Amino acid sequence: MAQAVALEEKRLWKGGMEPLKASYGKLMMWFFLLSDTFTFSALLITYGLMRFAHHAAPEAARVLVDGHEKFIFSNEYWPVPEHVFTHFPFTHAHLPLVFVGLMTFILIMSSVTMVLAVEAGHRLDKLAVQKWMLWTILGGIAFVSCQAWEWSIFIAGSHDGLTLANGSKIFGASLIQNEYGPAAFADLFFFITGFHGTHVLSGVILNIVIFFNVANGLYEKRGSYEMIEKVGLYWHFVDLVWVFVFTFFYLV
Amino acid sequence: MASHSVGKFVPESSPESIKSRAAIWRTFWVMFGITVIEFAIAFAKGPFHLNHLMVVTVFISLTILKAFYIIADFMHLKHEVKMLIISLSLPIIFIIWFIIAMLYEGNAILMVR
Repeated sequence: MAQAVALEEKRLWKGGMEPLKASYGKLMMWFFLLSDTFTFSALLITYGLMRFAHHAAPEAARVLVDGHEKFIFSNEYWPVPEHVFTHFPFTHAHLPLVFVGLMTFILIMSSVTMVLAVEAGHRLDKLAVQKWMLWTILGGIAFVSCQAWEWSIFIAGSHDGLTLANGSKIFGASLIQNEYGPAAFADLFFFITGFHGTHVLSGVILNIVIFFNVANGLYEKRGSYEMIEKVGLYWHFVDLVWVFVFTFFYLV
Repeated sequence: MASHSVGKFVPESSPESIKSRAAIWRTFWVMFGITVIEFAIAFAKGPFHLNHLMVVTVFISLTILKAFYIIADFMHLKHEVKMLIISLSLPIIFIIWFIIAMLYEGNAILMVR
């Protein structure tokens, strides 16, 4: 009974109230995520601005080679992303967007394991929280690894590269030039997926810290697993951003 | 939520837990289904010569639908107080304005190039 009263008091903020019926930590997490929404929006909107400021790929850029549609890249117009991201590990097959699809699946899956950890936390089921936190961490690591692979393929580029009008060649991508399209295309790829990847990485680190806290019985002692909900909010936000990156960078 | 104030261990086999986990998996299958549809359209748009504007509209609508599921269900926002929901969703107006302004601006840059 005394414990229940202590828990009740802990819920209240220093003013003796609980604004918006949310704890201080959770509310601050929400508002942090709102500010982060603006940052990511600015990045994605910049992508839209740059795309609208460049010519779209002309019909002549799509040619048929042995029944396969081939896309001719040029620095003069914006590339079609499904022709840029066509690789999959351990195969040379032409698989447009399949790898990003896998990454999307991994991240959604890790979001699900995160909610399951939150659900287990509500029931004060320490072992289940541990189990689902571990799966979430694993999903996060898998996603960051996929992104590292994607970056290395993007930076290395193709065998043939891109031949410029003056005969010089560009291979792969840097911040200055790339073989896929205007410089801004690769720049935005690095900045948007990089900023998102940094978020995933810090999410993984947070999750690992919280996992150790759970294992050490910190939240069991507190009688509340609210911390899982707070890192959960951050983790779902990372998933949420990816849903938008996936659509605006890879699909449209 | 009622489950916050339980204060003691509840096993995985309890009916309450089974119900809430079933809801989580239901949301997962909905989101999985949406992603599969997005892929189907991405692969079908070339061979079937689908209208570009229509495809983009469908992609964006499905993305917003997915975002809604993540925010409402996974982030639990639909169970929060109404005022919190409003204070978090109202600022999105600025983003909508930002999108319109910048896309217009991007087009203008292309025109003067």
